[in-house]
Amino acid sequence: MGNLSQKIDKFIESFIDYNGYVKVVEGLKNTLLIAVLGLVIGIVIGTLIATVRVIPKYKRLPKVLNGICSFYVALFRGTPMVVQLLVVYYVLLPILDVHFTGLQVSILVFGLNSGAYISEIMRGGILSVDPGQMEGGRAVGLSFGTAMRKIVIPQAVKNILPTMGNEFITLIKETSVVSFVGAADLYVAFNYIGSSSYEFMVPYLVMAMIYIALVLIISLGIKLMERSLGKSDRRH
Amino acid sequence: MIDVINLEKQFGENKVLNGINVTIEKGDIMVVIGPSGSGKSTFLRCLNCMEDPTGGQIIFNGVDIADPKVDINIHRRHMGMVFQHFNLFNNKTVLQNIMLAPVYVQCQDLRRAKRQNFFLPFTNLFRKEKREKAAIATTAAKITAQARENALSLLRRIGMEDKANVYPSTLSGGQKQRIAIVRSLAMNPDVILFDEPTSALDPEMVGEVLDLMKALAAEGMTMVIVTHEMGFAREVANKVLFIDEGQILESGTPEEFFGNPKNPRLRDFLSKVL
Ligand SMILES: Nc1ncnc2c1ncn2[C@@H]1O[C@H](COP(=O)(O)OP(=O)(O)OP(=O)(O)O)[C@@H](O)[C@H]1O
Ligand SMILES: [Mg+2]
Repeated sequence: MGNLSQKIDKFIESFIDYNGYVKVVEGLKNTLLIAVLGLVIGIVIGTLIATVRVIPKYKRLPKVLNGICSFYVALFRGTPMVVQLLVVYYVLLPILDVHFTGLQVSILVFGLNSGAYISEIMRGGILSVDPGQMEGGRAVGLSFGTAMRKIVIPQAVKNILPTMGNEFITLIKETSVVSFVGAADLYVAFNYIGSSSYEFMVPYLVMAMIYIALVLIISLGIKLMERSLGKSDRRH
Repeated sequence: MIDVINLEKQFGENKVLNGINVTIEKGDIMVVIGPSGSGKSTFLRCLNCMEDPTGGQIIFNGVDIADPKVDINIHRRHMGMVFQHFNLFNNKTVLQNIMLAPVYVQCQDLRRAKRQNFFLPFTNLFRKEKREKAAIATTAAKITAQARENALSLLRRIGMEDKANVYPSTLSGGQKQRIAIVRSLAMNPDVILFDEPTSALDPEMVGEVLDLMKALAAEGMTMVIVTHEMGFAREVANKVLFIDEGQILESGTPEEFFGNPKNPRLRDFLSKVL
């Protein structure tokens, strides 16, 4: 095992002396940035889509919107994230002649992608809320949208919080592919440390531990949030 | 106050209401009875367009609200509704349940007035007769404070001030229904619609809800009530309707209605429930 301690020494050397930690902090920041902003964009898009999909459909406009939303969801759920990243970065942006950095594209694609998944989660959540809640809101003169926003969606969110947490964890894990479009995430940072010291075992081990730590922290956060949201649930 | 003219409602092929004609006057206490599945709830829910009528008119304060072009939300502010299963907002405290709608709609009106004032110089460019800015005397804080005051006094009235800050899930059925009634009162409605308000309650809680409804009746509130409480109908109603298969088969004062029922199906129905 002398071998291992040598490897650790090497890792520490390149981590500290060759500014490896700067890269890691940068990578961690980008990983979290992509996952968090992706989730936020995803929640906005997902909630809008889910709302459209539960509007009663006897009129034309909701039908058309619903069709568009179904197509969107099918598109983003039917292709791998890497493909979406590559297509947006190397096909769509050049065609539209706009310039985004790899990081910006990653945030965008993660948002669009998670929007599709979250819309399904959110729709399930909305349908799990007693229809009487919407009726109660409409009966006092609130519009469909207002009743949705103030009464139904808050309760739906509470129901789907655990699933939403899993979606966030999925996003964190999926960030490991953003180097395909040149965004510098955790993988890029540890890859850099590995290649500069010609030693990959310890860097990748540390990388794995950071991912695990992130996931554990998030799981804990969700538990705490669930508990504080449980207030209105039952007698206490 | 409400003129129902030839009201029809169809669910797909299933015709539930076949031309209902009835007039509800201010101060009326109208009780609707009929066998299960006869269309009582559907009738009531058509009155405030919770179900869109498929034919006929509902003239409420001079406007045909069955017309899909009218903004139903504005008219619903003047029509309270109380449900069998209460439908209190589970994510709001009792006080918030009562305050939500009054605060929201008044703040919405306030924002609209402010917006119109803001754009007035611009919109006036296109008007022959220039308009003055609307006077805005209130603020969101004032609206909220007033709604809270009003909500608390309603809670005091039903002896539940101590429950202001709890969530509905901690209340008994009777308490929930009284809060639901008070919630619709907070909008100062012209009429309140009740769909079997006591059917989901344990027997010992029916009284407290009926007492509150009697108190409202005594104050002159206009009410339309679907119920199986025949005693209540006799005592409080001034008009009783019997609906079967989507039609009004008999209507009248409780004395005529219960004392001398003419329609054979009504007689049959009464013999079963009384
Ligand atoms: N949303 C709906 N979709 C389809 N059919 C419906 C709907 N609501 C009611 N119906 C049908 O309309 C008929 C009348 O129902 P309604 O609820 O008005 O009866 P009711 O007189 O209130 O009965 P109850 O005393 O059991 O409450 C029933 O046959 C019911 O199946
Ligand atoms: Mg019914």
